[in-house]
Amino acid sequence: MKAEVFVTLKRGVLDPQGKAIHHAVETVGYSGIAGVRQGKYFEIELGGGMSVDEARAKVDRLAREILSNPVIEDFRTEIQE
Amino acid sequence: MKFGVVVFPGSNCDHDAYHVISKVIGQPVDFIWHRDTSLDGYDCIVLPGGFSYGDYLRTGAIASHSPIMRSVVSFARSGGYVFGICNGFQILCESGLLPGALIRNSSLSFVCRHVDLRVERTDTAFTRDYARGQILSIPVAHGEGNYVCDPETLARLEGEGQVVFRYVSAAGDVTPESNPNGSMNNIAGIISREGNVLGMMPHPERAAEEALGSTDGRGMFTSLASAIAELAKAS
Repeated sequence: MKAEVFVTLKRGVLDPQGKAIHHAVETVGYSGIAGVRQGKYFEIELGGGMSVDEARAKVDRLAREILSNPVIEDFRTEIQE
Repeated sequence: MKFGVVVFPGSNCDHDAYHVISKVIGQPVDFIWHRDTSLDGYDCIVLPGGFSYGDYLRTGAIASHSPIMRSVVSFARSGGYVFGICNGFQILCESGLLPGALIRNSSLSFVCRHVDLRVERTDTAFTRDYARGQILSIPVAHGEGNYVCDPETLARLEGEGQVVFRYVSAAGDVTPESNPNGSMNNIAGIISREGNVLGMMPHPERAAEEALGSTDGRGMFTSLASAIAELAKAS
């Protein structure tokens, strides 16, 4: 079983890296790009013998406790069987 | 009286802090390895600057989960003095001992220069040797020192006087130009509500001797030494 975790900056938290990327995107000539926000993506290999519910609970906990900082970030997890 | 300087893999200001404590202010001090768990006999723990764990994941994030930090958290909860400098401040925020977070400088540049700091409070164990409103010249050296928190936390920090140092102009005014990293309200350092945990981005240990161009940082170490000596006398 595999889990994916997406960590993104909370709305309202300044993202200077996203801004710099947006600026580069515009410089290259892309039009119609209103904004860019940068985040993080994690792939997590899960050991066997775990139900999907157990896996989800475990991954949610580790995303909350370690992979994200709740002061500035939100996260979303997906479990793939 | 004893100071302890925690050494994480990637700490690089640990020897500077150790040097200032042992040689400049002449107090006993040990290095404490991040895998140790005992803080018995210590009065003040310094979390030094550097790039613990290569700043992987988020600055200070991996260090905040290291074995010694569990002990530092309980040491702080029982009233022990904890002084986080630069990466140490980032670790204190990640571990929840101080509110808020330190994100990428708004300029996206690593900033390494002397800044002017205004001392906002002198009734703390860390700042008793300064005068209120005193301007200190102390260097910063960081890429992620942009202090952020939610509006409620910011109001509480300001309302309860938890902002101890602020980036200011040479004249002592809070201006956007004097803010090296985009921190909210020009915040350079904050203290816990109980007054025993302080985190700051500038490096007082790099400004404690004439040879380094400024001795303005020495007062934090002498303040702590006298606060600890006073506690010892009282007990």
